[in-house]
Amino acid sequence: MKDPTKNVQEDNVTTDQNWISICALEDLPCNAGVAALLHADTPRETQIALFRTSANDAVYAISNFDPFSEANVLSRGILCSIGEQLAVASPVLKEHFNLATGQCFEDESVSIATFPVKIADGNVLVAG
Amino acid sequence: MSNKQRVLVIGNGMVGHKFLEAMVNSPQYSAFEVTTFCEESRIAYDRVHLSEFFCGRSADDLSLVEPGYYEQHGIRVLLGDKAVSIDRSAKTVTSEKGEVLSYDKLVLATGSFPFVPPIPGHDRDNCFVYRTIDDLEDMQAAAKNSKVGAVIGGGLLGLEAAKALVDLGLETHVIEFAPRLMAVQIDDGGGAMLRQKIEDLGVKVHLGMNTQNIGDGDERFHKMSFADGSEIETDMLLFSAGIRPQDALARDCKLELGERGGIVVNDHCQTSDPDVYAIGECAMWSGRIYGLVAPGYKMAQVACDHINAEDNAFSGADMSTKLKLMGIDVASIGDAHANTPNAKEYTYVNGTEEIYKKIVVSADNTRLLGAVLVGDAADYGTLLQMALNDIPLPEFPDALILPQRDGNGATGMGVDMLPDGAQICSCNDVTKGQLCQAVSDGATVLGDLTLATNAGTSCGGCKTLVGQVLNNELEKMGLEVNTDICEHFPHTRQELYHLVRVGEIKTFSDLLAQHGSGYGCDICKPTAASILASCWNDYVLEPEHLGLQDTNDRYLGNMQKDGTYSIVPRIAGGEITPEKLIVLGEVGKKYNLYTKVTGGQRIDLFGARLEQLPQIWKELVDAGFETGHAYGKSLRTVKSCVGSTWCRYGQNDSVALALQIEHRYKGLRSPHKIKSAVSGCTRECAEAQSKDVGIIATESGWNMYVCGNGGMRPRHADLFATDLDTETLIKYTDRFLMFYVQTADRLQRTSTWMDNMDGGVDYLREVIISDSLGIGEKLEAEMAKVIDTYQCEWKTTIDDEEKVLMFRPFINSNKADSNVVFVEERGQIRPARKDEKELVSA
Ligand SMILES: Cc1cc2nc3c(=O)[nH]c(=O)nc-3n(C[C@H](O)[C@H](O)[C@H](O)COP(=O)(O)OP(=O)(O)OC[C@H]3O[C@@H](n4cnc5c(N)ncnc54)[C@H](O)[C@@H]3O)c2cc1C
Ligand code: HEM
Ligand code: SF4
Ligand code: FES
Repeated sequence: MKDPTKNVQEDNVTTDQNWISICALEDLPCNAGVAALLHADTPRETQIALFRTSANDAVYAISNFDPFSEANVLSRGILCSIGEQLAVASPVLKEHFNLATGQCFEDESVSIATFPVKIADGNVLVAG
Repeated sequence: MSNKQRVLVIGNGMVGHKFLEAMVNSPQYSAFEVTTFCEESRIAYDRVHLSEFFCGRSADDLSLVEPGYYEQHGIRVLLGDKAVSIDRSAKTVTSEKGEVLSYDKLVLATGSFPFVPPIPGHDRDNCFVYRTIDDLEDMQAAAKNSKVGAVIGGGLLGLEAAKALVDLGLETHVIEFAPRLMAVQIDDGGGAMLRQKIEDLGVKVHLGMNTQNIGDGDERFHKMSFADGSEIETDMLLFSAGIRPQDALARDCKLELGERGGIVVNDHCQTSDPDVYAIGECAMWSGRIYGLVAPGYKMAQVACDHINAEDNAFSGADMSTKLKLMGIDVASIGDAHANTPNAKEYTYVNGTEEIYKKIVVSADNTRLLGAVLVGDAADYGTLLQMALNDIPLPEFPDALILPQRDGNGATGMGVDMLPDGAQICSCNDVTKGQLCQAVSDGATVLGDLTLATNAGTSCGGCKTLVGQVLNNELEKMGLEVNTDICEHFPHTRQELYHLVRVGEIKTFSDLLAQHGSGYGCDICKPTAASILASCWNDYVLEPEHLGLQDTNDRYLGNMQKDGTYSIVPRIAGGEITPEKLIVLGEVGKKYNLYTKVTGGQRIDLFGARLEQLPQIWKELVDAGFETGHAYGKSLRTVKSCVGSTWCRYGQNDSVALALQIEHRYKGLRSPHKIKSAVSGCTRECAEAQSKDVGIIATESGWNMYVCGNGGMRPRHADLFATDLDTETLIKYTDRFLMFYVQTADRLQRTSTWMDNMDGGVDYLREVIISDSLGIGEKLEAEMAKVIDTYQCEWKTTIDDEEKVLMFRPFINSNKADSNVVFVEERGQIRPARKDEKELVSA
């Protein structure tokens, strides 16, 4: 299996962005994460973590893979605000990742993939 | 023979040990060969806290010596062997067992022996003294067959011994020759107040009594007859009529002694023979003998430095003392009896609250010379510092002891006024300057500060003052102690708890809107979830609580490193039927889970994927299991031994009590996990003394221990209350746990919670047992509410289809996480390592 993080970055380079419909907006719990699967059963299979925040009623998508614990767990982390920025805390070792940029707060050299999200007709679409 | 300098120490008491420590820490230690005689059957232990032996501290707990310390540093100990003669010209010492050791330097640290007045009958059976652990063991044995005990001597030690008799459950008499108690340290007024307070506690005090004979009693074992013709009968008799320096060896080898005993030493603690030193209670310096440990410690250092050819001198010591006698604060400072010519006194007596305070000031009203405090010694630290550091008195010195009722704050002085050289902790010789240094080095909470400096770790008399120095320093550094839990709330956990309860706040968003800012984080959210649950006990997966939970709480399982979960059903008290055990086996087999028995007498099933949790739990709940709350900061297990039902030693049914307790408090959300255990007898197989609440059955009830823990920094629990019936035990436990839940900081175990409490376990006893804050019933009512609203979260979850949906692996797919891979080891699964995963996917 390939490292899902790397996988996505390659995708971004090829820029063949398709909007993939994930679920209805109302299926997402507020201020908590869920996992979603892109390109299931293909070589491009990728896990993402979706967060819907009531704060600015936005939805963020980041990689579900926590590079520190090497497990797919970020969707199960707690949503945080750090100053003005929104972040998720990994449930395993508690590193924080910026929801908008994927940047890790504790280690400058680490960042994870983020994915564009749009809401259309009450559905959540992710580009990937 | 080695060419090392041979140092021989006679006496391995508190001061002798301090000397050995000082030697070990000295720079040229390797140049010495050190041997010590130890007459007692135990190496050095803490005599100052001797009486705690009766409150559950064992001989091991009292030891001053880390196990292996002497061996590690090559110190030879002649245990249970006494030095019987010194030959100063041959420079040898002969021991009772016949060993002859030669020395280059000899140190006498023989301490004192209790003085037993030569009253006829003083050598009868059941007569004791109060100095060693052996003495206490003898007393303990005799107390088993006694109803009445009497102490001859109403001084400091006598009163402590009386307390021991009270603790042993005896009717207690104190008999004093002088017309007042603690004649040395306090004055008539203070003595009268002390007597009244002690009698309030049920101890009978007889003053001005001259004991003339001890003979057979009619009802009890002894009869004491007094000069005034009166008599008292008692089963046990304890002599505490003063101590005498143990100077027999020195006398025999013709070292210079004081007129009434004591080995005369100079400023370097050398005796009349420059190669022989004397330190501690056996030494007499400048005509004085010091019966306290701090001056002895100082002498030990001075002697060690002198042997190492370093500069240091003993220059006397302050004899001020503060102690708690039977729960009563008593303190004496400096010239308590106003012996200084023209000294003036100010006295404050409060008959209602039974408080007596007196200060002695210089003729010109500008300097504090001495003080006596009974019933309230809170001012001790401040007054002592004023006296020691010659600090000018305020215009009206009586303001120092008058109560401040108008809320105008402190009168006297702040710690700020103390010079850096002021000694704050006399037991451990810690100055204000050293404390300040430690604070600026980062010891910004009381616990860290005492750890860093040792201040406050011996008699504890200086703790208030240490706390004041700490706060003062922090203030000066502009470092207002930031106790906010995170950037989103300018509050401590305790404050949040009150805000939630008082404001009847039911959701995190309300709490944030009313008292916080931002959106919250992984610190405040779980804290709030825990507080909300302790207050209102809602189902944790209600939508408004969902985002608050740590992943463990949110999915009601313990997340492991690969993102899978472990499952721990409740097995209360460790008791399980064979049928249920089979169910666990079947479930483990069916879902291919790794199975392990936990330290808490339960069974942990590992390797369940998120989406498997509801199915597995459905099977478990159907078979009668409920959640074990292993994922939450909440009550975990109540471990138990098999107890009186089966065990031939058992005093009581430890399993039944463990079940009762576990079912009572299961699900209680708390600042940190709570563990408990019940042992059926003093053999303690359930290891209850390592728990937050530990219970041990006794002949006549249950002993309750609190604030122990295992883990990284293990700590024995403190004995909290003895011989309780089950109802009282539950009452205290209700109050204790609720008080902890309400007032502890985030992630603070009960031990640190208590250690950071001003007054520690004594204070806790006042709150829980004496209900000093008047909140006992409220705590019980709040606990009752939590107990009434208990639900098994897994049962609630699997009964609700929508909730079950939350356990889907992906919101848009039911595919299992392909990154979760197991390999087999010892017949069970374990998470694959990275290299193994690559092999599998290749
Ligand atoms: C119940 C109690 C409470 C106290 N409370 C306080 C308090 O609150 N604050 C305070 O400052 N002080 C207190 N003290 C006093 C304090 O314990 C002593 O000041 C201190 O122990 C003195 O130490 P030391 O080493 O000089 O004597 P010790 O501790 O008595 O040690 C002397 C040791 O030498 C041994 N020894 C004697 N002769 C020989 C020999 N020939 N060969 C071998 N070994 C020998 C003795 O057996 C003994 O073990 C208390 C004492 C008691 C008994
Ligand atoms: C009749 C005598 C006793 C019997 C038959 C007995 C039996 C056992 C057994 C079967 C265990 C479980 C071992 C395991 O975990 O697999 C155990 C554990 C233990 N026993 Fe005993 N025991 C006895 C007396 C004692 C005594 C007197 C003590 C204490 C002084 C003691 C202390 C312990 C401790 C500390 C454990 C470990 C508990 C744990 O970590 O789970 N036992 N004992
Ligand atoms: S603690 Fe006592 S009652 Fe319990 S098993 Fe051990 S020996 Fe038996
Ligand atoms: S003065 Fe005794 S511990 Fe500090």
